[in-house]
Amino acid sequence: MPLSTAEPLIRLLNISKRFPGVVAVDDVNLDIYPGEVHVVAGENGAGKSTLMKLLSQVERPSHGTITMQGQPVQFINPQHAQSLGIAMVYQEFALAPHLTVAQNIALGREPGRFGIIDRSTEIDHARQYLQRVGLHIDPRKLAGVLSVAEQQLVEIAKALAIDAKLVILDEPTATLTGQEIEKLFSVIDDLTARGTAILYISHRLDEIFQIADRVTVMRDGKVVATLPRDDIDEPKLIRLMVGRDIANLYPKPASTIGKVSLQARGITRKRMLHDCSFEVHAGEILGFAGLIGAGRTELARAIFGADRIDAGSIWLDGKEMQIKSPASAIAAGIGYLTEDRKKEGLAMTLDIVQNITLANVPTRAGFIDLAKERRTAEYERDRLHIRTPSIQRKVAVLSGGNQQKVIVARWLETQARVLFFDEPTRGIDVKAKAEMFELIGNLAADGRAIILISSYLPELINMCDRILVMREGRVAGELERAQFSEERVIALATGAREVEVQ
Amino acid sequence: MKKITSPIDGAEAGQAIQETPVSFRGRLRERFGDIVAQAAAAGALVVVFIFLSFASPVFFTVNNLTNVVEQTAVTAIIAIGMTFVIITAGIDLSVGSTAAISGVIGVSLIVNNGVSWPLAIVLGTLVGAVVGLGNGLLITFANLNPFIATLGMMSVIRGLVYISTNGQVVFGVPNAFGILGSGKVAGIPVALIVLLIIAVLAYLLLSRTRLGRYTYAIGSNREAARLSGIPVRNYLIAVYVLLGLLAGFGGMIASSRVFSGQPNFGIGLELDVIAATVIGGASLFGGQGTILGTLIGAFLIALIRNGSVLLDINTFYQQVIIGAVIWLAVYWDQFRRRRIS
Repeated sequence: MPLSTAEPLIRLLNISKRFPGVVAVDDVNLDIYPGEVHVVAGENGAGKSTLMKLLSQVERPSHGTITMQGQPVQFINPQHAQSLGIAMVYQEFALAPHLTVAQNIALGREPGRFGIIDRSTEIDHARQYLQRVGLHIDPRKLAGVLSVAEQQLVEIAKALAIDAKLVILDEPTATLTGQEIEKLFSVIDDLTARGTAILYISHRLDEIFQIADRVTVMRDGKVVATLPRDDIDEPKLIRLMVGRDIANLYPKPASTIGKVSLQARGITRKRMLHDCSFEVHAGEILGFAGLIGAGRTELARAIFGADRIDAGSIWLDGKEMQIKSPASAIAAGIGYLTEDRKKEGLAMTLDIVQNITLANVPTRAGFIDLAKERRTAEYERDRLHIRTPSIQRKVAVLSGGNQQKVIVARWLETQARVLFFDEPTRGIDVKAKAEMFELIGNLAADGRAIILISSYLPELINMCDRILVMREGRVAGELERAQFSEERVIALATGAREVEVQ
Repeated sequence: MKKITSPIDGAEAGQAIQETPVSFRGRLRERFGDIVAQAAAAGALVVVFIFLSFASPVFFTVNNLTNVVEQTAVTAIIAIGMTFVIITAGIDLSVGSTAAISGVIGVSLIVNNGVSWPLAIVLGTLVGAVVGLGNGLLITFANLNPFIATLGMMSVIRGLVYISTNGQVVFGVPNAFGILGSGKVAGIPVALIVLLIIAVLAYLLLSRTRLGRYTYAIGSNREAARLSGIPVRNYLIAVYVLLGLLAGFGGMIASSRVFSGQPNFGIGLELDVIAATVIGGASLFGGQGTILGTLIGAFLIALIRNGSVLLDINTFYQQVIIGAVIWLAVYWDQFRRRRIS
């Protein structure tokens, strides 16, 4: 914890950033002290990302000054920001996959003389920095083969290599498992102990309280408050972020569980899935828990016909289904909301209407029925509260929460009775999350069978009627709502012997 | 199904819009972005047209304009097919060879097999569709990159043309065969009428049918399209067959213009075709492009060619000018897109 008498490392004075028609950052004042973890919280569109881009000099401010150790900072380009010691670890990773880890760490500053790279020094350096971030891998490995968590640590190692005084982390835990997050946090502790300042963007309330020294909350481009961690609690933080209270983050209506809807028997896919069986009832929300790579997404994709299966059968309402492709799964009444909506969900150059009807375009005499299509989209917009000035806008301009609703609308239009939600709240803000869960709860209450895949246990524990835990491509166990606890799920997911719970 | 309500909507029930504010101009740009891109190309087309009308006494004459239309029809028709392929984020380098093999086979059916000329036009066109089917299969089932698949096809087909003709021009068609390439109905070139019919049909296909919608969807996000139940492979094959069909038909028009089957026809034609499509606002990354834009692009290139000849500019400069127009068109397009995002 920095002393209040310490000189700020970086000071933002009246910083504003205008884009045509939008003030993304509005008259922000912010001090960042050496050795502190400074969390910037706020909903999507609050201006956090723009603020980070200003600091890393991807953008330059329209107004105001930034000083670093008392000296005004000149805005040139991201390389200049790096040379000042400001390192940005991007949410979507910026390593060159075809270069080795060592080459990535040294990129742009390769050791050597006369243009010839001194490879052994490069590897030695890389090894030192990897050790500091606690990553024990061969620096000669290609960056592309590393896991997301490993890549992130390599990026932090890269920040160390440029002797960063400020490391900016943009939602670093979005794709990490519990253990990986613990590791990341201990690396952060180590960095701050050495005087490095951390600017940390996050949506996850629990981790904000776990690592923050101070929290700055942004809303509509303005700083609403900067407070020491001890002065805030969860309801207060949400109130600051949203501007009002949210009664319940996980609104789950009472469930009426009906007959067995979907049944998977012995689903097997070479090296991925081994003899996976489960069933889900109409009106039920079944959770899929497990570490990343445990096979949850793979199982959903296999049932949806997106990937081939080598053995096993799929039954719907007591009848065996031949599902060979997503098209046949959709015809049978199964829908799958992908984990990565940008890569696998949305057609970004199409508009909202066209994205909503993509899986079920209404036609008449061979031609698309444009009037009916429009009515459908308007109906879904009103029903799901998709907030947009016009349904003819490109989906690319919607917020994450509204994009997710567009995809939900697409599946509702296919009349799907079984819906897989794969990480439905990734990258969407608190308010939109609560809305998404309300929606999922209502879809179940309406008699659909829901499978919810999430890496964030509180979501599963609050929303589900049953949780299926997967480990290494197998079903490791199943928990009824009365048995739910984070410890039990983690024990099943990791294969550790269950901790005795009193 | 009952109305789904939002837990936190109470406070804002009255106000529907809560998105980041976007200025009216921003929204206009976004809505009409494609049209603006075409407007730029269309504006260039009009400027060049007016300029040439004053700069050259010959330009604005029936003879010259008829000539421009007849020359451009082949490029434009094939470019219409190319628009579909490019919207899927694909490309087809084999269209010049395809046009040549269709022309050569069509003409030799008339000359050597006594097939009537209308039937020969149909059969020659279908040869193009077969080549397109080959491309489609290589791209979907052999999973070859479209550039590679069609680069190979370009060479294979051109080779087959030379083998089958021994490199000789095929002569001896009846005069009536010329109607497609150089005939007139009520003073209007048949090639122009045919081009307009094809353009209207293609416009309807692209904007009003599932094939068109899926073409955009596949180019915009292939995996999202597949996971939405669209049989992506079948649609991709259909799009390459459509282009092959139009390339084959283009080859028949070209043969009709010169009353012969030319083994050398269409060398380098793919570049003009792709240029027309790109100048018209289609993106090589897929998801964007229109028929109208492609037509504008094709005629802009044609006017530059024609104007260079009329103004007695060294023909080598044509290449330089057209290259520069491609840069400008794409640069403008990217600039525009950056402003939208």
